Amino acid sequence: MKKFINKIDDVLVESLSGFASAHSDLVSLNLNPNFLTRKKIATNKVAIISGGGSGHEPLHAGYIGYGMLDAACPGYVFTSPTPDQMLAAATLVHADNGILFIVKNYAGDVMNFEIAAEMLPFANGLPIKSDTVLTSDDCAVVNSTYTTGRRGVAGTVIVEKCVGSLAETGADLPACKALGDKVNSQTASIGVALTSCTVPAAGRPTFDMSDTELEMGVGIHGEPGRRRETMREADAIVRDCVEAIITDLKTRAILTSNTHEALLLINGFGATPLMELYLIYNTALKLFNQHGIKIARSLVGNYTTALDMAGASITLCLLDDEIKQHWDSPVHTAALRWGR
Amino acid sequence: MKTSFILSAAIAIRDTILNNESTLESLDRAIGDGDHYINMKRGAGAIVDMQAELESLSPDAALNKIGLKLLSTIGGASGPLLASFFMGMAKVLKDNGDESVPTYAAAFAAGVDLIRQRGKADIGEKTMLDVLIPVANQFKALATANANVKEICNALIDTAEQGMLATKGLIATKGRAAGLGERAIGHIDPGAKSCQLMIMTVCQQRLYSEN
Repeated sequence: MKKFINKIDDVLVESLSGFASAHSDLVSLNLNPNFLTRKKIATNKVAIISGGGSGHEPLHAGYIGYGMLDAACPGYVFTSPTPDQMLAAATLVHADNGILFIVKNYAGDVMNFEIAAEMLPFANGLPIKSDTVLTSDDCAVVNSTYTTGRRGVAGTVIVEKCVGSLAETGADLPACKALGDKVNSQTASIGVALTSCTVPAAGRPTFDMSDTELEMGVGIHGEPGRRRETMREADAIVRDCVEAIITDLKTRAILTSNTHEALLLINGFGATPLMELYLIYNTALKLFNQHGIKIARSLVGNYTTALDMAGASITLCLLDDEIKQHWDSPVHTAALRWGR
Repeated sequence: MKTSFILSAAIAIRDTILNNESTLESLDRAIGDGDHYINMKRGAGAIVDMQAELESLSPDAALNKIGLKLLSTIGGASGPLLASFFMGMAKVLKDNGDESVPTYAAAFAAGVDLIRQRGKADIGEKTMLDVLIPVANQFKALATANANVKEICNALIDTAEQGMLATKGLIATKGRAAGLGERAIGHIDPGAKSCQLMIMTVCQQRLYSEN
């Protein structure tokens, strides 16, 4: 392992401290329990809180600020945060309009946020209302009543952006929850890994992969995906990803024979150059067009990473006027910033 | 069971986790995301560090405190699940107010039941429950049959091992390996392995204190 590390046990706190200092105009950091909030706590709105294991930066702390999150709770690398973090963050940022948790659908995240939500009404003697949007955009995992279900991956960024925008308008908790659920259901993602990633405390790659292989349907923790395949040219890989997304959206009856406008997000996993991400975009754009999907909005870059994994994910979110409006609205965070 | 036994068991569990670093890590690397050992080590270490705080407490109060500590220390799925176990166990001990073997068997079963509820999982899903449910059932049966401590401990060590090994042939329908489908077959579930190790350690500790 070759990484910029002083002591393994200090990686998280040193990184969070650096983030908070670099964006001191936007965020404040609290340690023990660890959470970040906006520099200036917002009032008169539903508080939007997310969180998850670290190693996915800029998710979630990079999305704290006007038009997106009010707070984020980072866990250890790839490990869900604990309920005391959510409770402390909620107690600080809630503004009597309730709290919406945005949680990626992983067993650990779901359980820890669930416990936080159960404890919330008793946390400080104030009855704080809360609700949760579970993101589950990863179409690599076929949903079934018998499994934990689809994972929440890069589509989470779109959910956080749109819900964050709506919350700024003073919309109530049920409305924010409804928009979050809608954006999630209109979104599908699939990821491809070209290498594994190395969890600092583990010291070596999570899985072994040769130069001639790729992992199709990989998650954002380096956990193995749908299947191991032979490495091939980019167009062929992208075509398989696009087909998986189209199949998923059609199966769920989200995609119909009508023409659709969509947001296309090409997300890097941490060790793939932007040059390649734009190459992927170039192919994906053409392929989606062939399916009658007009790409009306785009985002290309490292938005939901998996430490130092090489690879990328493709996310398609079908737009309607409401989602488009909330995607376009001003946002001012460390990682997304426009219109303001 | 006295609080002093809980404390010595906690140290033994911490040592077992440390001694099984490569086993737990390689299992989790195969079908998980490689953080299970690190999380278990952090949790076990935090409990050992609580010795001073725990030693004056009754067993139920100590177990409850252990649960809360694990809840705020481990994270991931293991944190809430193990926390649920200790808190469920503590509640039965408190309510029953005695230290009989049947009470401990009932407490263990209550802890396992809380894991089942929190994790919305059951036996056969390639999780820690494949170890815990058979152990809980057998513990209750043996306690009802007035088996002695030695018989119980030896039986539970065997049952835990069988449950752990059985996860090898299963497809995961819960937990991080659920996305793997048939590729998870042939790998032991890391959570089942760590639970088996902990049960074995506590039983051995109990056998040792019996001699």
